[in-house]
Amino acid sequence: MREALDQWDFVAAAYAVGVIGTLAMVGWAWIDMKRAEKRREESRRK
Amino acid sequence: MHGFANPKRFLALASWLTPLLIVSGLVISAGALWWGLTQVAPDRLMGETVRILFLHVPAAWLGMGGWTAIALSSLVFLVWRHPLASLAARAAALPGFVFTVICLVTGSIWGRPTWGTWWVWDGRLTSMLVLAFLYLAYIALAQAAEREGVSPRIPAIFGLLGAINIPIINRSVVWWNSLHQPPSITMGKSAIDGEFLAPLLVAVIGFSLLFGGVVLARMRALLADIQAEARLRRRAMEAA
Repeated sequence: MREALDQWDFVAAAYAVGVIGTLAMVGWAWIDMKRAEKRREESRRK
Repeated sequence: MHGFANPKRFLALASWLTPLLIVSGLVISAGALWWGLTQVAPDRLMGETVRILFLHVPAAWLGMGGWTAIALSSLVFLVWRHPLASLAARAAALPGFVFTVICLVTGSIWGRPTWGTWWVWDGRLTSMLVLAFLYLAYIALAQAAEREGVSPRIPAIFGLLGAINIPIINRSVVWWNSLHQPPSITMGKSAIDGEFLAPLLVAVIGFSLLFGGVVLARMRALLADIQAEARLRRRAMEAA
């Protein structure tokens, strides 16, 4: 029983790293893209 | 291919393809991870920790795939001077680095209960760590090319030379003794049971779509920065 619980701790840690890392990368890439495109539009209007 | 050298044509395609890749990638990856976490039976030897497979393997493939994309784009840039090829190479560096780090960290977490250690300096783990450092060096070189006026050919040549590490990573478990298992999936053959293989392949598809979406988002951001800067510089010159 203890072995099984320990194994799930490792699974949870790996999934936390993988999911948080992936979501952070996707979110940052999307926000940075929108920011850059907004800056381009502003430079067009100036 | 040369048709997409035109930024306008590229942006027309990327404007709808970027959200499509990201949303479908998120849905398919989440579905594959849920499948792997809740629907797959524990492995006879590795127990519940086998579920780390569904994150670790796609991350490893995309870490290597990212550098392969950098090398191919660098080659296109050096040979044909394709204007978007150098942007594509720079755009692949971020997701490639992130997936390499995820592969290293999840592998280390998986190693503790299965091998009894977080890390060993064997061929597979060391060559993967070298890949992470190559990504950092490439990102620094690409930024230097953008900000300090270093020739964009320098990061492109580095991208090509760094590709030597990819077959080393791939063959490391065959060439040297390793705690890491030998290749489980080769051309047309798999040593992985179908129960694990199906969600693994779905996870690879989902994370690959995400990878593609992030590369397109980075390309759009880099292109927009270049266009905004060029416009502001032109205005400043006209005003002077």
